[in-house]
Amino acid sequence: MQIERELTKNPRRRSYQLGNSQKMAPYVFVFPFLLSFAVFFAYPLINAGIMSFQEVLPGEVSFTGLDNYRGLWNEDFGAALYNSSRYTIWTLLLLIPVPMILAVLLNSKKMPWSNFFRSTLFIPALTSVVVAGVVFRLIFGELDGALMNTILHLFGISSQRWLYSSSLGMFALLVLAGWRWIGINILYFLSALQSIPAELYEAADIDGAGAFRKLIRITIPLLKPITIYVVTITIYGGYAMFTESYMLWAGKPSPQNIGLTIVGYIYQQGFQYFNLGFGSAIGITLLGITLLVSLVQLTLTGMFKKED
Amino acid sequence: MRTIEKSKFSFSSLLLVLLFVILAALMLFPLYALFLASLKPATELFRYGLNVRLDFNLMSLDNYKSIFSGQGAAGNYFGWYKNSLLITTLFTLLSLLFSSMVGYGLGMYRFRGRNFIFTLVLVVMMIPVEIILLPLYKLMISLKLINTIWGVILPFVVSPLPIFFFRQFALGLPKDFMDAGRMDGCSEYGIFFRIMVPLMAPAFGAITILQAMNSWNNFLWPLIVLRTTEQFTLPIGLASFVSPLGNNYEALIAGAVLAILPILVLFLFFQRFFMEGLTVGGVKG
Repeated sequence: MQIERELTKNPRRRSYQLGNSQKMAPYVFVFPFLLSFAVFFAYPLINAGIMSFQEVLPGEVSFTGLDNYRGLWNEDFGAALYNSSRYTIWTLLLLIPVPMILAVLLNSKKMPWSNFFRSTLFIPALTSVVVAGVVFRLIFGELDGALMNTILHLFGISSQRWLYSSSLGMFALLVLAGWRWIGINILYFLSALQSIPAELYEAADIDGAGAFRKLIRITIPLLKPITIYVVTITIYGGYAMFTESYMLWAGKPSPQNIGLTIVGYIYQQGFQYFNLGFGSAIGITLLGITLLVSLVQLTLTGMFKKED
Repeated sequence: MRTIEKSKFSFSSLLLVLLFVILAALMLFPLYALFLASLKPATELFRYGLNVRLDFNLMSLDNYKSIFSGQGAAGNYFGWYKNSLLITTLFTLLSLLFSSMVGYGLGMYRFRGRNFIFTLVLVVMMIPVEIILLPLYKLMISLKLINTIWGVILPFVVSPLPIFFFRQFALGLPKDFMDAGRMDGCSEYGIFFRIMVPLMAPAFGAITILQAMNSWNNFLWPLIVLRTTEQFTLPIGLASFVSPLGNNYEALIAGAVLAILPILVLFLFFQRFFMEGLTVGGVKG
């Protein structure tokens, strides 16, 4: 009673406590996200959905039903979808097992100077895709003296025009991706490896388990959560890839669209031809693809069964 | 295990070191080749491609001089550098403030809608932003943010990955400190800024590098927002050297080398925090 009288006597203090109460504070803390989500994510996403059914011309907008989606049935989009999917699958095959093995080796007790190597392998990740693209465009140059061709000559193979063939162009993209990402993924796996309790391995030693058994029975199962995370970001990175191919082909259309990706197609249609409606339809299709892929992936890895 | 450890330079250690020396050399090689090319005239590049021939008669600092003298196409180079530095600094600072706030709010408090908001964070994390490029571009036009640094910064300054990271970190913070702070008459925000922010220092270290790296190297969104040459950031400017509009390899190669420097220096200074932060805040599930 007395406290209540105190509070009513001093309304200013009461309102101060309201704004600062434990009840209000969390909402103040998360407010920047809610604002940003509404303005820069939800609103544009809804807009993309609407625009994908429209023909957007300067000054006039008309609904055209499913025309934009029907328009997707063409060779360019087919090439973009094929290239993005192929790139994603190859990066998954390259950027999960290799960094995982390297991280296990770096984490082994027999490995001296592991911190030094960890940092050195990370350095490529610091360079921008633009700089990396410039370098790899030159490395994969068609001249006899270009680096990759010089290496081929060592094996008695003649010079290749790397960026003119579908499979060689994909190879160049993968080398670039590997160069920039292996060091990053090693870090993810290392951070997970370091949180595995040493007692588990000691117990396995007592049971007489060999190094290989320990890897299969302890290390790999305990790396599952981080592996799911790395697989997820690799899939999104794969389907969202644009700058790498933009730089390798110097901002020009690649021959026979061998370097065209889905995002590259959005960029081309939206910002070079100003087909905003059609560009949005490509975006919504990309959304559908990533949702589908993630659903499959999360089901396969049993993510839905887990609850935190 | 202990018995093996004493022979630190066993045969298998030697093999491991050998493997990683080769790997490290391969990883650093493209950067070495780039650096070497920056010391040679562009004609050499056109005649032979990117190579690692050491020909000291050809090597000079001319390419760097042409950038510093600011003539021709390279005239805007340091303007771009300044734009990139400004955008990266503002973006990183604001991003640290907002994502630590949101992550802390989600990690430390139990409140109605908490799980829902966290799910939204995960949704944003899972949907490639490239999907909304076009409507976002239209939004920038109506907000009059096209060709401004705020147009580059604002849409992505509250990004999901750092929020997720700070939340993971905040889950491990001691709740008792909060009550102790309240007893001492600290406001909820005082607790955050005076007690919790210092405790989250490793997370701040990791996110600083991560966000600075992202912003410094960001390409697609600035390419869309920034329309005039004077407003370009470094990656856009460098890319314009190889674009259909012109081939300016002298400035491009030397400019690319200089572009790596700030982020490399930041990494070398903060790498201890970066590694620690990643490990502590690591993705736990």
